[in-house]
Amino acid sequence: MTNQAAKRTGPDASYDDPSFSLKRWLSSDGNLTRLFVIMVVVFVTMTVLSPRTFLTLDSFSSMAFQFPVLGILSLAMMLTMVSGGIDLSIVGIANLTSILAAMVMVRLVPEGASAGTSFMYMLLGIVCAIIAGVLCGLLNGFAVAKIGIPPILVTLGSMQLFMGLAIVITKGQAIVGLPEQFSSIGNGSHIGIPVPLIIFALCVAAVYVLLNRRPYGMKLQLLGSNPTASRYGGINNTVVLLKTYALSGLLASIAGLVMIALTNSAKADYGTSYILQAILVVVLGGVNPNGGFGKIAGVVMAVLTLQFLSSGLNALHVGNFFKDFIWGIVLILVMVINAVSPRLKWKRRAAGSSKTSS
Amino acid sequence: MPKALIELNHINKSFAGVHALKDVSLRIEYGEVHCLAGENGCGKSTLIKVMSGVHAPDHGEIRIDGQLRSGLNPIEAINSGIQVIYQDFSIFPNLTVAENIALNGELAARKKWINWSKMRQTAKQALDKVGVDLDLNAKVEHLSVADKQLIAISRALMHEAKLIVMDEPTTALTQKEVRALFRVIEGLKRDGISILFVSHKLEEVFELSERITIMRNGKNVISERADQLNREKLVYYMTGRQIDESYYEIGKQSGTPLLRTDNLSLKGCFEHISLSIHPGEIVGLTGLLGSGRTELAEALFGLTPATSGEIFRDGEPVSIRSVQDAETHGIAYVPEDRLTEGLFLEQSIERNMVVSVIDEQKDKWGMIDRRKVKSAVRSWIQKLGIAAHSPLAPVKTLSGGNQQRVVLARWLAASPKVLILNGPSVGVDIGSKEDIHQVIRELAGQGLGVLMISDDLPELRQSCNRVLVMKRGRIIGEAEGKSFTQEVWSELHDARDDDAGPVERRGNTA
Repeated sequence: MTNQAAKRTGPDASYDDPSFSLKRWLSSDGNLTRLFVIMVVVFVTMTVLSPRTFLTLDSFSSMAFQFPVLGILSLAMMLTMVSGGIDLSIVGIANLTSILAAMVMVRLVPEGASAGTSFMYMLLGIVCAIIAGVLCGLLNGFAVAKIGIPPILVTLGSMQLFMGLAIVITKGQAIVGLPEQFSSIGNGSHIGIPVPLIIFALCVAAVYVLLNRRPYGMKLQLLGSNPTASRYGGINNTVVLLKTYALSGLLASIAGLVMIALTNSAKADYGTSYILQAILVVVLGGVNPNGGFGKIAGVVMAVLTLQFLSSGLNALHVGNFFKDFIWGIVLILVMVINAVSPRLKWKRRAAGSSKTSS
Repeated sequence: MPKALIELNHINKSFAGVHALKDVSLRIEYGEVHCLAGENGCGKSTLIKVMSGVHAPDHGEIRIDGQLRSGLNPIEAINSGIQVIYQDFSIFPNLTVAENIALNGELAARKKWINWSKMRQTAKQALDKVGVDLDLNAKVEHLSVADKQLIAISRALMHEAKLIVMDEPTTALTQKEVRALFRVIEGLKRDGISILFVSHKLEEVFELSERITIMRNGKNVISERADQLNREKLVYYMTGRQIDESYYEIGKQSGTPLLRTDNLSLKGCFEHISLSIHPGEIVGLTGLLGSGRTELAEALFGLTPATSGEIFRDGEPVSIRSVQDAETHGIAYVPEDRLTEGLFLEQSIERNMVVSVIDEQKDKWGMIDRRKVKSAVRSWIQKLGIAAHSPLAPVKTLSGGNQQRVVLARWLAASPKVLILNGPSVGVDIGSKEDIHQVIRELAGQGLGVLMISDDLPELRQSCNRVLVMKRGRIIGEAEGKSFTQEVWSELHDARDDDAGPVERRGNTA
């Protein structure tokens, strides 16, 4: 082997450097850098436009109660999208499972139960909802992985199925009168931090570990980028997909619980607009819709950006009609930038390397 | 000097700092079969793109029929009679044969309505020129690679081609199809059409061409009449190093085979396969595409489990129903199609290497141990001499040879006992090919059993101690590795030609 080739075989220096650097991390992925800039720009713009309403503790605290539901749903969407699929049934799962929880908490509790008993029923409701969420997810996963139906069709069908089931169970009525202890999850704070925000943070941490530190996460990303190669590479695609849709269902049920705790009631058609918003957040966050790639930081920044935009527009008294319009613009803009900038980056990098090599 | 069909003089071309062509000259005479040889990444493809007007050269001149052509663009090149058939043929799989051949012409003529009968007529004429008979109404996606190629050639002839450039035309063809293609090329030559044949398969280069131009690292090394060159010289010019040709031999094997199959069958694919692989053996397996060789490999690897028969590992009967089973029993498989079956193109080299052993990289918390992964990746990059800028770069940035080493590294990391290689050197340059063979021999020397599926006779001859020949789902013969020549192969293959000749291409007009 020639000297030059030997030099090229040596991994580059950053590969060996174990330390973490924010600059390197941001610059390692152009999308994250751009997203960070966009988030800051939106934040600053909103601050400048309405300093007295946007940049207040009240407004921040209300944001912290608002975005976690969408945030958790986006995490679920993200996982399925990294696998190369999609989960349109997340809101359906959220509603169905939260209705189950509400029924356990409201209807099963014996008349005049003590605080302790009703607390036990509350826990039972939560557990039921989560188990039901996992089962719903497994149903999706089974149809996708075992039967081989395209995920978009499977989850479109199951979205209708779950929603229909929820309507049948409730006869279209809302279930109200959740125990106070439970509502405090949605509206209370723990050491000054709103509980929904804490739940969101825990979900983010859990998904981060799963995606980046556990073998499952690497398998998921590889499967997402080429399912044939992953099969030839010894990955059990069926197991990975089942886990992914089950996780998606689990996260959806958590989102559902937070949602009914916030509104203090459960209903079959809550939050249907969240499906498209979750897709928007995930794509905005740089998750590749073709599968294989996705960074959790991107999704978090995307959901924050949209929340800043949404709260800022509210502070400006811009109607809800405008909100959708502006979200649409942001999404398309970001996708255009994402499509264009890799080419620019490639040119820059090539120019840079020619300078250093000569 | 009399004028040539096309002359490229002192062409230079850089892409964003990479100097792809350095002062390259090429001259193609009228009615000449010219071969452009060189390893992958030496600039052959770039040169073709300069010739066909896709890339404009930074310096240098292009002369067609003696006329200086500056600012040549693809349409002008086509109008001057230069046609390029790329590796993927640029055909439309969802259209019929006739549409694929004649549609371009119809569109170029800016017709508003399609005259179907005229289109079929032109398509028929074009096919006749090449001398093939295909069903004009057949959907192209159902045809074989060889037929697709013939369609691309026919289409090229529609445009009054004077020069047809074929970029690696034989990579996906069987021996028989290669023969047929060569006959077509000879026919074209008789009609006065020049052919530029791009290849790195040495046999073909010598058989076909009158003149050979060899490129290395973006420069042309030599341009010479074919009869002035021989195999050794050619390899030397292509790689810049001497490669000795030796054979792999081991003594007679006794004892328990690593892998043995008994009457293994998969309905519709192969039947009654009984073979054994001993430690240290490199067993070749060849046969035409569709002979069941790939299906056999995939059955042994659990991708499409066999329907009957038995598999023994170290003498113990084992059940291989899934890839996970195969892994448990120490069987590894480097698939045929590196790009779709082997690699995660967009993912990093590192991930591509550890995919099969992710579960072994866990720390006590069940998390991936980054340090373990990195040190494994580093050591494989070094052991196999993979030329990569960074292990975190997408694997698609590597050359074919290096990509193949990545797939190999992935399976070697799983420390298999039996390694099945399907076309280990397809699309791999000579230097990498030799390196890969060397690695395989070393591993076999350490007691690994290897089953090597290949179309490449010299590869089988040099690497394998014995070679099995498959035909229509059965093993029909076996030969000693070093004596496995073209003649032996034909003899074995044609010996049992009792029933109805080899499967002819489908879609013939009845």
